[in-house]
Amino acid sequence: MSARTNILNKLRTSLAGTKPRPDEFDESLVTGPWRYPPEERVARLRELMEAVHTEVHQTRQNDWPVLVAELLAKREITNLLYAPATPHGGQLASAWKDGTRKPELRVYDRPIEEWKVGLFNDVQASLTGTTGGIAATGSLVLWPDRNEPRLMSLVPPVHIALLKASGIHDNWYDMMTAQNWSAGLPTNVLLVSGPSKTADIEQVLAYGAHGPKELIVLILEDV
Amino acid sequence: MNQRIPVTELASDFKGRAREALADSQLRSNFRTAMDSLMRKRADAFSDEDEREGLRELGNHIRARSLSNLPDLLEQLETRLTANGIKVHWAETVEEANEIVHGLIEAHDGRQVVKGKSMVSEEMEMNDYLADRDIECLESDMGEYIVQLDNEKPSHIIMPAIHKNARQVSALFNEKLGEHVSEDVDELIQTGRRILRRKFLEADVGVSGVNFAIAETGTLLLVENEGNGRMSTTSPPVHIAVTGIEKVVSNLRDVVPLVSLLTRSALGQPITTYVNLISGPRKPDELDGPEEVHLVLLDNGRTGAFADAQMRQTLNCIRCGACMNHCPVYTRVGGHTYGEVYPGPIGKIVTPHMVGLDKVPDHPSASSLCGACGEVCPVKIPIPELLQRLRQENVQAPGHEPVSVKGAGSKYSRKELLMWRAWVMLNTRPAFYKLFLWGATRFRALAPKKAGPWTENHSAPVPAARSLHDLARDHLKNSSIRRERL
Ligand code: SF4
Repeated sequence: MSARTNILNKLRTSLAGTKPRPDEFDESLVTGPWRYPPEERVARLRELMEAVHTEVHQTRQNDWPVLVAELLAKREITNLLYAPATPHGGQLASAWKDGTRKPELRVYDRPIEEWKVGLFNDVQASLTGTTGGIAATGSLVLWPDRNEPRLMSLVPPVHIALLKASGIHDNWYDMMTAQNWSAGLPTNVLLVSGPSKTADIEQVLAYGAHGPKELIVLILEDV
Repeated sequence: MNQRIPVTELASDFKGRAREALADSQLRSNFRTAMDSLMRKRADAFSDEDEREGLRELGNHIRARSLSNLPDLLEQLETRLTANGIKVHWAETVEEANEIVHGLIEAHDGRQVVKGKSMVSEEMEMNDYLADRDIECLESDMGEYIVQLDNEKPSHIIMPAIHKNARQVSALFNEKLGEHVSEDVDELIQTGRRILRRKFLEADVGVSGVNFAIAETGTLLLVENEGNGRMSTTSPPVHIAVTGIEKVVSNLRDVVPLVSLLTRSALGQPITTYVNLISGPRKPDELDGPEEVHLVLLDNGRTGAFADAQMRQTLNCIRCGACMNHCPVYTRVGGHTYGEVYPGPIGKIVTPHMVGLDKVPDHPSASSLCGACGEVCPVKIPIPELLQRLRQENVQAPGHEPVSVKGAGSKYSRKELLMWRAWVMLNTRPAFYKLFLWGATRFRALAPKKAGPWTENHSAPVPAARSLHDLARDHLKNSSIRRERL
């Protein structure tokens, strides 16, 4: 008999004569303590993210590309991976055409196999959108796709993420029910709550373990 | 990859290793410092007691509900995962699981494997199995990488290298990697990052564990801080996840409280840096992610624990490590003393089902039954109660039916049983008891000078000249209360 049959048979024998327990999920336990007045959501998210070394800026829909240029210049970054097919990618590209010297824009437009070494060794920063944020835990939610693939927010040492203030939910439970996640999820969904870190040596917190060393979040307050 | 050659010869039994660990002041201070800090962080993360207790109740409910429906949930999970393009494999033993993993790697001519943290792969001793077949399996979690480099095993399920301090890690990097000596933790981590980045780039296969498998959506959820889990599950062309059959939950919403309980109990963090939900391999229009995703579901004694309604509760465990952080025994003897994959209180209650109680007969007794583990467990496993049960199983007489714990009865001793029988008789029959007291007080000088292990560290007990009963009688005779009553 197969391992599968054996395992399932053993489990079924052990449960003989019993009934599955009813579902008594009390949602107030995961929502009640994690509710915020709308005007406090940004502050809550910001506080938690900053506590784990995230750089957070509150800016506006029309101003963020200039801010991105400044942040990159300050770090002497010479290239940026972005997604031209997204609305924010389009906006960035047109802002880049103002004649001043800017980091070179790079695009993730082919399968990873064709440029893995380049992504790992040459790309210095990336810019992606987010599908929202979570105030309770100070998290960004990312649904990587063809335009902004999974490694885009992981491999470059600096990751800049755009977050619309209106997209911040009180807690994870609210977000997944509002967006009906249980109906089906994409290949990969990520909650990102800071730059990569570790405390594996002596419990001393060190940032930049395997993922981005820096996470910069730009909160767009007017959208 | 090098074979695992233990650098220091460890004593062969729990007691011997405990003695060695207790005499190692560096080890003791490494653990004490780390456990104190982890306890403090957890307490801070659960500052509201009502909130904490409500959530623990919910955590227990979700796990118990999942287990009460486990076979159906596993089938549902398999159906959903398969529909999503993830291939599911079943293994009853660690050998079977290793064969499956090896077969998958061979099918892709894989030579380099990079692994995210996974306790189930430790159960399988996957690194050694693959090394014997000329496949390099490199740990990518910083702590796991450090212990692998030193041919050791993890000493904690969340903090694998917690027994080492920065100086020891620096010496290790110097010796094995030729890095210059530096006790700066940032610098040490950057060394690890540099080396492992190249491996993430080159690896043919990525292996990971799973924190929760969600039946409703066919999703594998992983939590981590470093990003090595995301790397291992995204960068190589093949991803193999290995997990125990108990890790499944019904609904996506079930993971909301479980993730919160896990990260707060383990590290005192409101959430880990990454929560990674994987629901399929790369789709035709996507540009990265593995082309193939596999899930290996491992039994390895879990169905045995499941068969016993009381021991089934061990399968509630979400592997947060809080029980070991709060354990006075673990903090003093450290993880390696236990000699098994899972140390500390959780190790004591799950290991017997995996390897047999006869292989770890001292584990259930290595506890003061102070109750701290049960009090902090986020899914409310009554660990002290289960330890007492295992103590009973340990001394089960030969031929006792049914055998509910593998390897029970290895500490059975006829002499001990007879002594307890005598003790019961003495304490349930007043005439015998009086006679015993009379003898014990009169012939106290004849009390034995040696009383087993007790007298190794304590002076031998000598009965008093007069028994408590005797003294009480005298006292009552003279006391005013008695006179009033009369
Ligand atoms: S037994 Fe409880 S406290 Fe211990 S690791 Fe498992 S879930 Fe955590």
